This record gives sequence, structure tokens and C-alpha cells, in this order.
Amino acid sequence: MLEIKTAKTRKGKRELEKRAPKLVESGKKTLILHGTKTSGVLNAVLAQIYHLKKNDAVKYSRKNENVKPFEAGGETSLEFFSLKTDCSIFVYGSHSKKRPDNLVIGRTYDHHIYDLVEVGIENFKPMESFNYDKKLAPKEGSKPFIVFIGEGFEAVDELKHLKEVLLDLLRGEVVENLNLAGVDRAYVCAALSPNRVLFTHCALRLKKSGTVVPRMELVEVGPSMDFVIRRHRPPNESLRKEAMKTSREKPKKKEKNVKRDELKGKIGSIYIPDQKVGETALPYKAKGVKRERREAKRKNDKDGENAPKRQKEDS
Amino acid sequence: MEMEIEDEKQHKFDVDLGHLMVFDSNHTFPSQPPLSREDLVKQCLLKGTHLVQAIADALFTLPSTEDVDGPLVNLPPPLTKLPREKHLPKPKPPTKWEVFAKKKGIQNRKKDKIVYDEQTGTWKRRYGYDRANDEDAVPIIEAKETDDPEEDPFAKRKENKKKRIEKQDKNRLQNLKEAAKFGALPSHVQLAATALPITGTQAAPKKVTKDELGNVAGIAATATASGGKFDKKLPGEKPAKHKGKYRKFLPVVEGTGIGSQEREQTEKILNKIISKNSHNILNVEKAVTMHNVKKEKKRRTEKGKASPADKKLKTEKKSFKKGNFKKGKAKGK
Repeated sequence: MLEIKTAKTRKGKRELEKRAPKLVESGKKTLILHGTKTSGVLNAVLAQIYHLKKNDAVKYSRKNENVKPFEAGGETSLEFFSLKTDCSIFVYGSHSKKRPDNLVIGRTYDHHIYDLVEVGIENFKPMESFNYDKKLAPKEGSKPFIVFIGEGFEAVDELKHLKEVLLDLLRGEVVENLNLAGVDRAYVCAALSPNRVLFTHCALRLKKSGTVVPRMELVEVGPSMDFVIRRHRPPNESLRKEAMKTSREKPKKKEKNVKRDELKGKIGSIYIPDQKVGETALPYKAKGVKRERREAKRKNDKDGENAPKRQKEDS
Repeated sequence: MEMEIEDEKQHKFDVDLGHLMVFDSNHTFPSQPPLSREDLVKQCLLKGTHLVQAIADALFTLPSTEDVDGPLVNLPPPLTKLPREKHLPKPKPPTKWEVFAKKKGIQNRKKDKIVYDEQTGTWKRRYGYDRANDEDAVPIIEAKETDDPEEDPFAKRKENKKKRIEKQDKNRLQNLKEAAKFGALPSHVQLAATALPITGTQAAPKKVTKDELGNVAGIAATATASGGKFDKKLPGEKPAKHKGKYRKFLPVVEGTGIGSQEREQTEKILNKIISKNSHNILNVEKAVTMHNVKKEKKRRTEKGKASPADKKLKTEKKSFKKGNFKKGKAKGK
């Protein structure tokens, strides 16, 4: 037997509709969570990644014993969290003797694990350790520039994979229109060697150059760290094919208040709210009354001032 | 230094304006003379500045529209494709009605929201609270000749409405099931399994509570020869509630004391069965007719000699009203 369960409130319904599959997606949310054990470095890394992505990220603060993304059976809990929070990128930190300062970045498709990249964190420098003009500090949620340097990102499979994942993680909101005044940050990822990537976050300083294009200058604002490639699991080929599907048609916006007539053609109707002429307050222009009142008040004040004095004199 | 920059500017970078991403695939960091960390970062930043400049070159030359907050630029679609977050929305299969309407060529017509209510002579909403021509709000229903006097017309209407609602619910569930098969359920609807139906029963299944499930697990455990004693317990599973069996043997031999217990027990069960099915065992109707026939015979033998005409009349009446003994008897007397 089946029972129909529907949202009980309008708000709940809207929330569920937001989570429904869409023709054109608007960006992925990130889930940040800890493993069984995390080091101080890793705690800071996770906190600062969350800080960078505050607009579209969820951070879990508890330890998760059941989450082991690379192991069989260790992903059920993670997939549930992904479903619960509606996040499709996760950043998972764990620390063990075998893999110290371990960071797993992964993506999900339909709330099932799509791919995984595991990196070790080295040479971590937190945001607080950078000194710069605070006016330059990037605004929360601004669209970043993303820079990848090095042939490693093309030649080495792991790095190629990492590049795609990092791009997905860092790109921020998917937008069509960009405000040029809001351009203020850049992420720089450099493949130093086949298994090491330098990652840093910079603010952009736009300087006048005499042309339309300003001269760009990078100011490191942190965090900065090295990613050392460990394990990785590329997506299943068939799954990848399915996940890459896009639709040609764009979602139609509902056309309201427009009718089409065979003779007259397109007819639009405009609704003007009731102007409530009877209820509008008339401008209070009676200056004469005002002046009278003002004068009357002045008189009263004078009397009032005089009265106590007289009383004093009397006493 | 400047030479180097010019050199690099000749390279072409992969600029993806949709993601504001740039990728230089030609640059390699020298590994042989191990650079200090600071130098390395400096080099990265220098290189990064050039690349950022490359994005800016492309970005700031795009046609822009002035806005209050600053110049707005329309970004081109991204070149690097990234996987989707969820599958593409699937088309909803047509409902049974939609299939039928298409086959018959029925088209939707717009109905007015407000309808004339004949009872009050005002305009009211078509549906919802205080609606026009509401069947339930009628205080008096005029009786027709064909109406069954024993039936409550109000109750009948209520029941009919209930049936209509039930039918609609059934159809809705059917259509939703079909949609679920295609993975095209509306986002705010879920189909949740309730308890499994017991085959052969019409009653709606109850929701099974946690305790009841635990009991069932306990009963199932006794299916093994050891009564579930050596079964592997799942984590969190409680031991079976009733260990062993409920069996009690009574003495077979008749005695004055305990011996009569078994007979009592069987009698009790027998009585229960008989009392439950007593209406089957005793055919009341048949008994009554038999009784009446006997009476009649007795009377006939007594009165038969007195008047044969009376007898004729009586039999006629009897054939008229079949099975109405009481009346017949009263008239007879």
C-alpha cells in the first residue's frame, strides 16, 4: 500500500521545489565535515574554506565516525547528509597516522558519490597571518577569477581531475551578468610538480592603465596551502556521460497578463492598484493656522516663564 | 624581466570567460634548483598576475551596460563543462484522464470563478467555502414519488460524496504511481509505503508500531528448532519476549479433582463454537413454518367438518400473503 505524502505548508512546498531537478542548474552547495579525527591544521583549513564559500556552504561541526568516502559502505552516511543539506560538493577532513592532514574533495550526482580526490595539506598559512590593506579584502560571495598554472594540469590525470573539482568548488555562483565593479578576488592554483599543487587566495587591486582595461595586481590574502595528491577516484564513464547531459531548451518563464487575439494580435492587460482617492491625506497647507499656533505657543511659554518667577517673588 | 613577460604574452592561454577561468598549460616550474618557498610563491603570483590580466583583457572589453552599481557585462556560456548536480527533469506521463481526453478530443474550457447561486439568488464562488449550488447546504430536499421512504436523503448525499472523494483519491494515487515509475513525481509529493497489506482482507492495514515489530521478530525467532536460542543477534536486537512454548497438558484420566478440567475445557470451546454458529444450526424460519403447519393441521382436523366454505376462503387468503403468518393467524381467529 502506498500513501501520498505532500508538503503540509506552502513554505515547505517551495523549499522542496527549490531542491527539485532543474533544466538549468544554479550552482552547487558545499558540505564541509570532519572525520573521526582532525588536526588543528585541518580544523583551520575547513573553517577557512567555509569562510571562502560562506554563501553556499553548510559546515558540520561534529565528528563523523561513519563517513569514509573511499571505503565501501563508508559513503551511505555521506550520501544521506548530501540529501539532507542538498549539497553536491563535499569537503571532508580527516587526520590519521597513515594520511596526516587529509582532505577529500568529492562531488555527488543525484545524491550519490560521483568522484573523489584526496589531497594532503602542507605548508598551510591561515588568513590571519597575511598583512594587507583591509580595504582590499574580497567581499563575501563575489565571483572569483580562477587561475591554473602549469602543464601538470593537462599531463597528469590526477591533477587534471583535481583541476576540474577545484573549478567546481571555487567557481561560486553561476551567473549570466557580472558587475565589473564587483570583481575583487582570484584563486591561484599552480602545479609545482606532478603531485603537488600550490593553492592561494588573492585579492585583486585594479589600477588605472589609461585604457578601458585596468591593470591587475594580486595581493595575497590567504589562506594558502599545498595540496599533495593522494588517492583519487574518477567518475564512472556511464555516470559521467549522464551527468554531462544538458538541455538545449531554456526554461520558459510563465507569461502573465498577455493574451493573443486573432484579430487584434497581442493584448496585454495592466493592473493598476486602487488609488483610494477618498482616503488620501490632503497636504496640510494651512499656514495661517500654523503661525497662529506657533504664536500662541510662544505666548504660553512666555507666560509660563513669568509665572514661576512671580511666584518666587511672592514667596 | 620585461623580456620574459613579453615572451609569455605571446603564448596563448585558455581563457574561459564563463567561469572567469584561465589556464596556462605551457608553464613549468623549475624543479632542479630548489627554490625557497617565498621565491616560489612570488613566482606563482607573478605568473598569476599575467593570467589574471589576460582574463581582464577579455572581460573588460565585453560590451557593457551601465547600471547604478557599476558596468554590467553579459558573460558568454562557459567552455569547460561540469557535471550536473541532479538529473535532468523528466517529462511527466499523461494521466488516465489526459489520455482519454486526447482520444476523445476533449479540450479544457475555462470556467468562471464565480457562479450564480439559485438558492440565495446571489453570485458565489464555484468551489470552496460558501460555494454556489452547494448540495450539502440545502436544508430541505423535496421528496419524489420514486424515493424510498426508509432512506435518509441527506445521509445518501453524504455517502455519495464520500464515495466520489474516495474514487478521486484512488485515481490520483494510480496516476502518481505511474509518474513515479518514470521518475517524474512532482517535487512536493512523496509516495511512502505504509504497512504491507494482508492478502484476502479488505480492511486498511494499520501502521505497525516499533513494539509490534519487535514482537514479530521474537515470534519469527522461535521458528528454529532451538526456539531462536542460538540465532545470531543483530546489533540492537532484543531477546525474544517469550522463550519456550505455551503448552499445558491436562490429565487424561478422569478424576474427581483436576481430571474434569479437560472435559470442561473442551466443553467450553464447544459451547463457544455452538453459540457463535447457533443461528446456522437452528433454522428459525423453518422451525416457525413447521410449528405453524402443525397448528394448522390440528385446526383443520377440528374445524374440517364444520364449514367447507370457510376453509376455501382461508386458503385463498393464505396464498395471497405469503409467509405472513401473524396476520393470517389473527384473521383466522
